[in-house]
Amino acid sequence: MTELRAGQGAQTLAPPRIEARPQRYRDVLIALAAFVVLALLPMMFGSKQLLDFVIRCAAYGLFATSLNLLVGYTGLISFGHGMFFGLGAYGFGLMMQKTGVPIPVAFLVTLAITCVIAVIIGAICVRLKEIYFAFVTLAFQMLIHSTILSWQSLTGGDQGLRGGIPRPPFLGIDLSNHLHLYITSCALLVIGLLLMRQIAQSPFGYTLRMIRDNATRASFIGIDVWRAKLVIFVLAALFAATGGMIMALFVSGAYPEFAYWTISGEGIFINMLGGVTTFLGPMVGTVLLLILNDTVTRLTEYHGIVLGVVILFFAIGLRKGLMDFVVEWFAQRRGEGRG
Amino acid sequence: MLEIRALSKSFGGVKATDNVSLDFADGSLTAVIGPNGAGKSTFFNLITGALRPDAGQILLNGVDMAGKAPPEIVRHGIGRAFQVASIFPSLTVEETMLAAVGADQRRAGVMRRRFPLVETRDRAEHAMELLGLAGKRNRTAATLSHGDQKLLDIALALVLEPKVLLLDEPTAGMGTEERWRMIDKVRELWEKQKITVVFIEHDMDIVFKIAPAIVVLCYGRILATGTPEAIRRNEAVIEAYLGSDDHAGAVA
Repeated sequence: MTELRAGQGAQTLAPPRIEARPQRYRDVLIALAAFVVLALLPMMFGSKQLLDFVIRCAAYGLFATSLNLLVGYTGLISFGHGMFFGLGAYGFGLMMQKTGVPIPVAFLVTLAITCVIAVIIGAICVRLKEIYFAFVTLAFQMLIHSTILSWQSLTGGDQGLRGGIPRPPFLGIDLSNHLHLYITSCALLVIGLLLMRQIAQSPFGYTLRMIRDNATRASFIGIDVWRAKLVIFVLAALFAATGGMIMALFVSGAYPEFAYWTISGEGIFINMLGGVTTFLGPMVGTVLLLILNDTVTRLTEYHGIVLGVVILFFAIGLRKGLMDFVVEWFAQRRGEGRG
Repeated sequence: MLEIRALSKSFGGVKATDNVSLDFADGSLTAVIGPNGAGKSTFFNLITGALRPDAGQILLNGVDMAGKAPPEIVRHGIGRAFQVASIFPSLTVEETMLAAVGADQRRAGVMRRRFPLVETRDRAEHAMELLGLAGKRNRTAATLSHGDQKLLDIALALVLEPKVLLLDEPTAGMGTEERWRMIDKVRELWEKQKITVVFIEHDMDIVFKIAPAIVVLCYGRILATGTPEAIRRNEAVIEAYLGSDDHAGAVA
């Protein structure tokens, strides 16, 4: 009886998951709608604070969602993903300060540099077993962080990249204008999410799920496990770097904290908060964490304790992220409605 | 044609596979039997690349597979299912099939197009039909019964359209009735797909009933090969394996 009901529930829920064609158009429509709403926000609310909040959400959201491609989809728990966030911020900042190339060029070159570094680090890391992978990625994060600290002549050491990032206008976009920066960040966020969604739902995305579930079996159906892991490691790094570039533009500089391991920690934290089983979980987690951060730090000095309690609530109380919880709850309700 | 030439593998001092040479003709159905520790699973692991042979050749249509990694061997057309069903717990049956075919096709250069392609769907559908899993397509693999998980494991191997299918104890952990259903399924697959099937099996009744050819392994060596009748009468086999009391009936 129960089995029958479970079967029915699954049937009503599952088919759309695999019907990619309609789903892809749906994704594009949702993305467009989200972008329109975000773009209209400045007209409805004049608050600069709100726009700043959204820009930070874009930076951290891209970073956290890309981390979820590794953690949630592939089962690669990276403790060093933040290094690519830092690389993006520093690469872009330095490029603009030292060479004066147009912004799109700096953007693409930064991605290219990130790609090369991610290939090298990834090639070393992805063959390692879980715990070693986690700690070797963390080690690379620390390596990059200390390089930034000690290479003072280039990076400004612990002072960070100061003096602002020059922003020559391009294609009619002037990123020194706050509104332009806002719209550009939103566009990057939406495009980035859409691309990551495409990756997650593509045959390759399902290859990643197979690797996460059972890497041995995956290799016995002809999948080069380490190559697939390397590809997603590099792709995720590119999106994290994009997040870092948004951050660099937002604060008009780059600071060693952007490349510190705590950024990776926050990424993991966000994923735990929002949940890793849904695509938008990390995005929800980002919004939650930033709201928590902003409000709690204003109210008390002991914000670390509050955040700790929150994560304990999610980890021990719910045993999943918020979006996981919501999705399961809806699935259950729907199942009961039909049964 | 799958030809095994002087295949050997030792673990420490133990010869798990000792100078084994065998031919499996295209479209043949062969059972591999032998007491526990005879090296049956090692033999499969060597053919599929899970283990690296110390010496010998594994020729699939003349191409040597020895020492190649599992993904490459699979691509050459040797598929396998596992003794303990090896599946993707969080994917549904249909997703598993589509994902496996998708991974297979991506290699053939069908990247970034609509997923699933019509051909992807057809192949997945075909495999699910063959294994009788079509009705359970939306069940998550982890929630399937033990028997269905074994079928899904076989479907995963079959959906890649292998030339040779290796089944490591397809009936392991099943009750008597389920065993017979499974083995009928294996025979049906073999007849319909016209591929080379090699399977490991413990149950003598089953082996003698359905396998036209039998290989007996003992201590890593081939003890005997032949038809069920020949194996039944083989002195060495009776002594080493069938001679024990539980199987006396089967021999007589």
